[in-house]
Amino acid sequence: MNKQRYLLGLAALLFFGIALQACYQAMSKESEPLQNRPVQSNEPKVLADTVPSSFGYGRNATQAEIDRLDIDVRPDGKGLPKGEGISAKGKVIFEEKCVACHGAGGIGGPNGSLVTNKTPTDKRREKTIGNYWPYATTVFDYVRRAMPFNEPGSLSNEEVYHLTAYLLNANGIIDEKDVINAQTLPKVEMPAKNLFVPDDRKGGAEIR
Amino acid sequence: MKIDKIIEITQRFPEKLSRRKLLGGAATAAVAIVQTAKGQTIQKAVPENAIYEDPTKKLGTLAGEIGTRSPFVKSVKKPSDISSRSPLQDFYGIITPSDLHFERHHAGVPVINPNKHELVIHGLVEKPLVFTLADLKRFPSVSRIAFIECSGNFRGGKENLTPQEICGLTSQSEWTGVKLSTLFREVGVKPNASWFLAEGGDAAVMTRSIPVKKGWEDSIIAYAQNGEPIRPEQGYPFRLFNPGWEGNTSVKWLRRLELSDTPYYTREETSKYTEPIKDGKFRIFSFDIDARSIITFPSFPQQVEKGWIEIRGLAWSGRGKVVKVEVSTDAGKNWQIAQLNDPILDKAHVQFRHLWQWKGEETEILSRVTDETGYTQPTLKQLFEARGNDGGYHMNPITAWQIKKDGKVLFKPETFK
Ligand code: HEC
Repeated sequence: MNKQRYLLGLAALLFFGIALQACYQAMSKESEPLQNRPVQSNEPKVLADTVPSSFGYGRNATQAEIDRLDIDVRPDGKGLPKGEGISAKGKVIFEEKCVACHGAGGIGGPNGSLVTNKTPTDKRREKTIGNYWPYATTVFDYVRRAMPFNEPGSLSNEEVYHLTAYLLNANGIIDEKDVINAQTLPKVEMPAKNLFVPDDRKGGAEIR
Repeated sequence: MKIDKIIEITQRFPEKLSRRKLLGGAATAAVAIVQTAKGQTIQKAVPENAIYEDPTKKLGTLAGEIGTRSPFVKSVKKPSDISSRSPLQDFYGIITPSDLHFERHHAGVPVINPNKHELVIHGLVEKPLVFTLADLKRFPSVSRIAFIECSGNFRGGKENLTPQEICGLTSQSEWTGVKLSTLFREVGVKPNASWFLAEGGDAAVMTRSIPVKKGWEDSIIAYAQNGEPIRPEQGYPFRLFNPGWEGNTSVKWLRRLELSDTPYYTREETSKYTEPIKDGKFRIFSFDIDARSIITFPSFPQQVEKGWIEIRGLAWSGRGKVVKVEVSTDAGKNWQIAQLNDPILDKAHVQFRHLWQWKGEETEILSRVTDETGYTQPTLKQLFEARGNDGGYHMNPITAWQIKKDGKVLFKPETFK
């Protein structure tokens, strides 16, 4: 009698122990190998999904907190700040802060050309903003987040607008007098806009 | 004589050389990496008698705080300005030692204080939330063994290339963290969210757009690697990990996820990580890593002897499991099925091996993998036929090794231009 109760207790312990452990693994909706397995009669059953709708971990993000980090710019212009720029002013900044690594006029520097060379000496054409970037907004986004390489994040929004205008003008995409701002930048049509096609590889026998 | 030269020699001929000849009067026989009390790693000379005297007659080093490699073992990554490659030829089994995991970053490895680093999730969500490392660790955790590979992981062009140099930008770890889907539920991702931006907290403020579908499927926010907190080079305190996808999408030092109804076309997914296909077009958002294999033994710069050789290598696919690896020892005329060592995991490096009796003939040895989608690793020629011959990202060609009459092993470069 005593022994039987002991065994029952042990079985119950085992059952809950395993069930508890298993529910963690079986919690998420997208993969439940444990539940799909045929259950043998003497095997403890795995409890059904018990994910709470919210764990309540973390804290609410304030708008100020989000704004401080949210520096990305989308092709439709979402994320562009106030301010504006023109090529002539961008040229001055470029010659001070960028030319050492990207070359005079943005051509042929040690860290790569940003401007298409109309009279290339090399057979291999360098990829540049002018011939390979599908969206003008990416110029603003990237320069603001990562350049100059040796002092990332040091440029003001105004400076980035000027540099963007300069790089677009040097590539022959906008006119010298064009003003670049949150309204005009998303409208700039890039020569490389239709160069790209989405990935069409899908596994299977075909080599793509 | 330079100390690492000595190590190399002692590795190759530990018993043949007399120590006096070998050391030429040097006071030390090798160096060991040791940890100081303050946790700094330094190189410390190992006195010669510690190595050459009978170890059964001398009390060994006492138990320590941090394990070390044998001073006779030298296995290192191969750094360039922008990356560092894993020594694939040195590996056994399928786990890459964490300190030999390849590195690729765009503005160096940041020093991040975990108490000052948080993950913000916002955009098309019901509840924008901020998580600390401690918060992330409270969620149900998952672990999985899977590879990461940089999609720009192919070098050729000359004979004297090692596996490390050809494709050392892939490594494998056990990654532990919280499923991104768990966090998606917590913030309440809105039904119209189709992409999310993942942003790093390094000096490149690295950004990639990822389809939300991947996040629901199998992305992980990983905070641990091979049983310890993720290393700085791999994204400490946490990173995004997208199993089977090109490494750059697994944004390290993650600081922000923004849910959106369109991709962002960041510099890293337009100017970089796009590759030429035919007709002047370029492929964009090419995420999956195509199946690939490489023989890591024998390989350059080894020299083999006649007799039985166990050919060994690694095979993997970003689309699922490896189902078959074939090996050819006659330059691709005939193929034999190789043995696969357990475990064979989803989106993971698998070890293969094949016994071969080399009789001294000049030949080429090759391997090719087939994954569960039925995709078989192509030749470079097939890749060029399919995509044009400009190369670029996502090159996964069959790698051939030439075996010379004297047993020397050389990479076989191919050109079709
Ligand atoms: C100290 C050298 C250095 C300086 C100064 C510098 N850059 Fe760069 N730039 C780089 C490097 C290195 C890269 C490549 C980074 C990478 O691949 O992650 C780069 C990349 C770029 C790119 C992307 C090129 C492409 O085709 O993808 C742009 C645009 C750019 N820089 C603009 C600028 C501007 C504008 C400035 C001046 C404000 C500047 N850079 C200053 C080194 C520099």
